[in-house]
Amino acid sequence: MAHHKLSAWQYTVLGLVAVSAPLGDTCLSRGMTNLPAISLAHPLSLIGAVFTPWIAIGILLLIGFFASYLTALSWADLTYVLPATAFGNVIVALFARFWLNEPISMQRWAGIALITIGVGFVAQGPSLTERPAPDSAVEDIDPANAVEEEQVR
Amino acid sequence: MMILNAAPAPGPWTATAMITAIVLSSTAGEVLTASAMKSIGDLDDIRAVSGMKGAIRAVVTCPRFYAGVSFLAISFFSLLFALNHLNLSLVAPASASLTLVTNAIAAKFFLKENVDRRRWTAAVLVCVGVYFLAH
Repeated sequence: MAHHKLSAWQYTVLGLVAVSAPLGDTCLSRGMTNLPAISLAHPLSLIGAVFTPWIAIGILLLIGFFASYLTALSWADLTYVLPATAFGNVIVALFARFWLNEPISMQRWAGIALITIGVGFVAQGPSLTERPAPDSAVEDIDPANAVEEEQVR
Repeated sequence: MMILNAAPAPGPWTATAMITAIVLSSTAGEVLTASAMKSIGDLDDIRAVSGMKGAIRAVVTCPRFYAGVSFLAISFFSLLFALNHLNLSLVAPASASLTLVTNAIAAKFFLKENVDRRRWTAAVLVCVGVYFLAH
């Protein structure tokens, strides 16, 4: 971790972050368009929407996303993890093209290229900002040790 | 689908307000969550020492985590609300691409992350790319 090089496991976590979010969103969108219009006057009907099948599947996928996202954020910068999240859209688009044989317009290919270049840019750099003063972080994690050290002195 | 709805199609200002609500709440949520996770430390290390339960306990006992999740929940329900009134082809690219840029700005000022030229370029490229891809 000292050199902020990611391990194979950490790349797997970033992959899960990328794939589960767009798949979950797709399920949510499919579920919500099947429902009648919801107005601000009846906000509780949004709670009912949670129990319809597509939205429930979407939420399960997003829980998986959130667990891997939190893990990634514990060892990488937010500005490193977010482009990885966006790369999931590329994976889903390529999936739709080569597995579902959906056509992709020139504009979408341009989008795929831009995201891929952008993610490549970030991935070349360090995954975590160097902190000049790690001492305070150590104290936060284990205050008991710090107290003991003071008592010894 | 919209024609069947009782509510009239929202105007440009209402649509802007809906998307702004999603972008602001998700930026606040993601910055608070990232800050909470950094204060907890490497989750993989914690899991190696005290197991999955230890890792979950470390997360759910962090107050800042709940602040982040509250904003993410607001953002989630604003997204559901907006998807019910506006087209996915407008809401998804607009909110996803704008959030990338607002997050880069917020990460620089609140998380003190080193957002160098490489990351700015990436944020803008990915922002335009997401818009193209989802529109």
